[in-house]
Amino acid sequence: MSATTRPQPLLSVEEGGESDSSPTRRRILLVTAGAGLVSLAPVVRATEDAMAEAIRDLIGEGPLKPGKVKLELPSIVENGNTVPLTVSVESPMTEADHVESIHVFNQKNPQPYVAAFHLGPRAGKAGVVTRIRLADSQRVVAVARLADGSFWSDSADVIVTLAACTEQ
Amino acid sequence: MRALLAAGLALAAAAAVEAEVVPDARRPGYDFASPEIRAMQDDETTNPGMLWVSQGESLWSKKAGAAAVSCEDCHGDARASMKGAAARYPAFDAVLARPIDLEQRINRCRTEHQRAEPLGWESDDLLALTAFVARQSHGLPIAVSAGPELRPFLDLGGELFSLREGQLNLACSQCHDDNWGKSLAGNVIPQGHPTGYPVYRLEWQSLGSLQRRLRNCMTGVRAEPFDYGAPEAVALELYLMERARGMPMDAPAVRP
Amino acid sequence: MARVLINFPQRAKRGEIIEIKTLIQHPMETGYRVDNRGAKIPRDIISRFTCAYNGDEVFRAELFPAISANPFIAFSTVATESGELVFSWTDDNGQMQTEIRQITIE
Repeated sequence: MSATTRPQPLLSVEEGGESDSSPTRRRILLVTAGAGLVSLAPVVRATEDAMAEAIRDLIGEGPLKPGKVKLELPSIVENGNTVPLTVSVESPMTEADHVESIHVFNQKNPQPYVAAFHLGPRAGKAGVVTRIRLADSQRVVAVARLADGSFWSDSADVIVTLAACTEQ
Repeated sequence: MRALLAAGLALAAAAAVEAEVVPDARRPGYDFASPEIRAMQDDETTNPGMLWVSQGESLWSKKAGAAAVSCEDCHGDARASMKGAAARYPAFDAVLARPIDLEQRINRCRTEHQRAEPLGWESDDLLALTAFVARQSHGLPIAVSAGPELRPFLDLGGELFSLREGQLNLACSQCHDDNWGKSLAGNVIPQGHPTGYPVYRLEWQSLGSLQRRLRNCMTGVRAEPFDYGAPEAVALELYLMERARGMPMDAPAVRP
Repeated sequence: MARVLINFPQRAKRGEIIEIKTLIQHPMETGYRVDNRGAKIPRDIISRFTCAYNGDEVFRAELFPAISANPFIAFSTVATESGELVFSWTDDNGQMQTEIRQITIE
């Protein structure tokens, strides 16, 4: 069945500006379906540095060891608004040996914190499931603090694609 | 606008309302969604749409309006009375002499029987009641009436489905009949079957109606979207449901 | 009062680890979005969630704008004794919503 045509008045289309040279502020242009231009309000991006600083604030001077923690995120998502996240830590969860808290950080959202979960021996097992927002393709890091004061981590990279046909 | 539509109808008078998608090749939006989205939908304890279904269940028994009656007072247990109802909408309303969709039907009950104010489009309460009623048709095949009184509206819907519109000059059929399964802006193009409405769209971070989704499509091709409740919108809904005849309902679905 | 869905086995054996799933209706407005007129939409998020089991806190979460709307949080706890599980969600302004559920240990 061939498509028929109806004349349509031109809608005014918002055009984005040029990116300025500031390293922390960037206007982003998206080209949808090869025609319209959509610009997002300028957003200060958390950088790898901000995430590193946030993690350093948590763990202090000590080492951050990879291991024990398992962070599960889909490697590619159709929409960054609701990304399922599962984080679990190998631990007997006894009074002597348990996970006190799990902290989740991100690399490119406006700020590096995602959530902090406080557990303890009453948890039975160290595992939390939630859903997070990711503004862009980026790395997510989970850090677990154990009862003995040690810190362990895992990370996952997620590619975030955009929805088609939105309200704007 | 009217003149153009009349001209379009005249042109389409001989056109058959045939889905370009061969009946046994029809697949619901669920099949095009990622495993994570499907998992979110399948589990009643994790599907965000169930928050609205739960709200709808409460509203069902709540007395409203000057008549101080609840849905339950007339319809009893929704699990029985509403079973299959959503699968038959849009349905012809004899008084209005045109089809109305489920949201409009709920509002007609509110104004005519409860003597209450109609609920706003996309309001939490209307979404909740629609979701609750649609849930009672879960797994049941779409079965809108094939009666002759609906024919002109079905034809209009079919014509609109194939009408190029907007700055991008695209018709629904070009994506959803001709290019389903391919990628558009990181999503896979579905066939456009309304089996899961009202739907929890991740883009909205909320539940929303089919009309809202159709308005997004129209904005997507840079066309002026139909007003909520416009006859064209309902005609298009009717066409989409007819095109999806026999496919099982899966509301509230989760979609990107 | 926001709509809430809480799921966990209402009967469990002593010592069994049970999974608790919670879902609450809330926009989790980040504070980074702008409205049609370009004005910033103020931040409005649930920033804290706790679960207490017969008065003892067994789980606590601090949430940031990166948590999705209609927050879903699933965690586990050991079924120790019959009693009450109290769930509380608190927003930035200190408004709290509390839900109480019973658990029976066999």
